[in-house]
Amino acid sequence: MTQYMLSAHSVEGEARNPMTDEEMRWITEQVGILEEQMKSAGAWVFSGRLHAPDTATVVRPSDGEVLTTDGPFAESKEHLGGFYIVEAEDLDAALAWASKVTLAVRTPIEVRPLAEQPRP
Amino acid sequence: MPVVDEALIGRLFREESGRSVATLIRIFGDIDLAEDAVQEAFAVALRKWPAEGLPPNAGGWITTTARKRAIDRLRRETRGRELLGEVAVLSPGNDDPGMPEVVGPVQDDRLRLIFTCCHPALSTEVQVALTLRLLGGLSTKEVARSFLVAEATMAQRLVRAKRKIKAARIPYRVPEDHELSDRLGPVLAVVYLVYNAGLSSPAEPGLCSEAIRLARILATLMPDEPEVAGLLALLLLTESRRASRMRPDGSLVLLGEQDRRRWDRSLIEEGQAIVRRCLRRNQPSTYQLQAAINAVHADAATVEQTDWPQIVALYDQLLAVAPTPVVALNRAIAIGEVQGPAAALALVDELRAERRGDFERGPPRHPCRGQEACHERGPAANICTARRTGMCNANMARSDPQHRAGAIAYQEMFMTVSTRGRTSENTPSTRLGE
Repeated sequence: MTQYMLSAHSVEGEARNPMTDEEMRWITEQVGILEEQMKSAGAWVFSGRLHAPDTATVVRPSDGEVLTTDGPFAESKEHLGGFYIVEAEDLDAALAWASKVTLAVRTPIEVRPLAEQPRP
Repeated sequence: MPVVDEALIGRLFREESGRSVATLIRIFGDIDLAEDAVQEAFAVALRKWPAEGLPPNAGGWITTTARKRAIDRLRRETRGRELLGEVAVLSPGNDDPGMPEVVGPVQDDRLRLIFTCCHPALSTEVQVALTLRLLGGLSTKEVARSFLVAEATMAQRLVRAKRKIKAARIPYRVPEDHELSDRLGPVLAVVYLVYNAGLSSPAEPGLCSEAIRLARILATLMPDEPEVAGLLALLLLTESRRASRMRPDGSLVLLGEQDRRRWDRSLIEEGQAIVRRCLRRNQPSTYQLQAAINAVHADAATVEQTDWPQIVALYDQLLAVAPTPVVALNRAIAIGEVQGPAAALALVDELRAERRGDFERGPPRHPCRGQEACHERGPAANICTARRTGMCNANMARSDPQHRAGAIAYQEMFMTVSTRGRTSENTPSTRLGE
């Protein structure tokens, strides 16, 4: 088994703008159903949804001290909006989960293997 | 008894190494280990065979020797000994993985390997490179040459690809039936790209035969897939004309001007027989339809005797399943043969207005400009549209070598981009690296 991070990337000001309350409710419902599926399949390890990037704070080493600044770290238009850690047999199985996630949350999902894997 | 020399062993390497590498990857789950072990086995063969003669089953000998080499290497490494434990678990009924295993014809590991190499998680370029390297037995240097990149660049690309396969666990298996429709496309596209790379670079004729060899393997291993048969037929029929499509100076001979007596009849017969079998199945799709178009051309003793209405009918079907500008242009050319140049030019103008963006991107624009140039000169009534289009391209090709690749695809009029998704953005007529 391999653990993968499925990360949901949203483009600032793009994806979420024209969404009605009903659409929001639909997404929430779909995501709920999907997480249940992941859990009952034993694939779900951890997941989280993040607040908007302007709530981020960054710390970094600077001359032996730590410098704290306003975030986000990357000055880009694309930001991590949320993620799942799933356990899957292989990439195809991870991609099958990612396909369900992208259809539910309607943002692109990046699938990346975790470097440290749990001992079998 | 053939003389066992380096050339013979080299040829055996091309033919057999893919199968051995595929088998060893299944056993050890490690591409690098499999590649190295098979290389070593051939090095042993180079020492032994010239003196001792070929073993009865040279391929099996290579696989067995490579397997032993791999095990020897693993025994020397701590991590390797762990892996060997896993191998023993994975090989039921074979406690000692050092025992030579009978390589059966039933489950051919090469099929697994090509689906791994052509996994959609890898870029098209990497898919082609991996397929040539692992299944085709080409050296990194040879793969680099077909991409027009430095050997070190290609080596780096292959290393990264193999690292991704390992880290992301791209599976080593043949997709199940319900996945096959999505997964077969890239595999066929890769084989087609390899063929076209050979076709557009006369210095690499080996790529053409390599692609045909891969297509034959696929057709044997997946006899129930009509598009696999269609691809093989398309390649065989295209190959039948390869010798007559280029002059010694490298310039193109247009279809209408080719010496049809030089077309390879045995390849044509084989290709046409496959096309007939496909027709009986009646599940036409892009490769089968292109093969059928080629089969009709192959039937005609001269360009005038070509059954153009039949070709138009096939292009109608092709356009329905693959509505690309290239197919539309080729269809227009065929219509010109039936209804006259004016009908074709009207269609081309329509197309150009509709799909300007497509024509302005990538190689298809060159033929279109060629067409334009002809148009400006005014249509000569006695020269058919098809040949004029081809002629312009060939002329452009001569004056501008950069446009050669694009022009080559057009000279025979019925080359087309036939795959879905990302690959359809690429044009198989270009060199792989472009």
